[in-house]
Amino acid sequence: MKAKVHVTLKTGVLDPQGKAVQHALHALGFAGVGEVRQGKFIELETGESDPAKARAAVEEMCKKLLANPVIENYSIQVEG
Amino acid sequence: MKAAVIVFPGSNRDRDMLMALERAAGKPPLAIWHGDADFEPVDLIVVPGGFSYGDYLRAGAMAVHSPIMREVAKRAQAGVPVLGVCNGYQILTEAGLLPGALLHNARLKFVCGDIHMKVETAQSLFTAGYESGQVIRVPVAHHDGNYFADDETLDRLEGEGRVAFRYCTAEGEFDDKANPNGSARHIAGIYNETKTVLGLMPHPENATDPQLGGTDGAALFDGLVAALH
Repeated sequence: MKAKVHVTLKTGVLDPQGKAVQHALHALGFAGVGEVRQGKFIELETGESDPAKARAAVEEMCKKLLANPVIENYSIQVEG
Repeated sequence: MKAAVIVFPGSNRDRDMLMALERAAGKPPLAIWHGDADFEPVDLIVVPGGFSYGDYLRAGAMAVHSPIMREVAKRAQAGVPVLGVCNGYQILTEAGLLPGALLHNARLKFVCGDIHMKVETAQSLFTAGYESGQVIRVPVAHHDGNYFADDETLDRLEGEGRVAFRYCTAEGEFDDKANPNGSARHIAGIYNETKTVLGLMPHPENATDPQLGGTDGAALFDGLVAALH
């Protein structure tokens, strides 16, 4: 069963890359673009066939490695 | 003083650290490979700078899960002094041995050059060789050195005297221009609760030889040797 994980910086944590992208978009004429936040997308094969188990496993992975809870939030999508 | 330097794939300041420690202690420290699970008792453990595991995922995130870091964390919790420089500082925060995190530099540029920083207090194992308030000049070389913690944590660090160093001008003024990476409250290094673990972004080990531009970092190692003799 596949899982998709989005890792994003928490609100209030400075995201200089997002800011640089926002400025670049403005320079390209996309004047209406507001705040840009950049994050990570991780896709993985969980090795589980039960959605609840897959989600629980990925939750553990996020807490232990994939995200740093001091600065990042994560969201998990289990597919299958 | 018997010291051990932990070496990861991608460490690149480990040799500089070994040399700085040997100069101060008069004997060579141990170099411990990340894949080892144990090593003999030492007075000081150093996690050096570099780009362990290529900074994959987040700087320091992978190194935390190497076998040797479990042992380092165990000894740190038992009170063995631990020094983390640059990538070592990132690893110690990722391991939860120090609070907060190191983000990308605010100006998104790799910074490489000398900075000034103020020694907040001489009352620690690591800074006994300095005067409180002394301004020293040491190099930095990093992309992810922007110290972040929430306000409550920052207040606690300041209240408990756990800010070790702050970036400043040569005259000791705190100024955003003298802050190379955007770190919160100009913080360049912090201690854990017992002040036995220190993490800092600048490289004192690269300021221990007059032929290499400065010796302001030497007192950190000399102070450690005196304290841990």
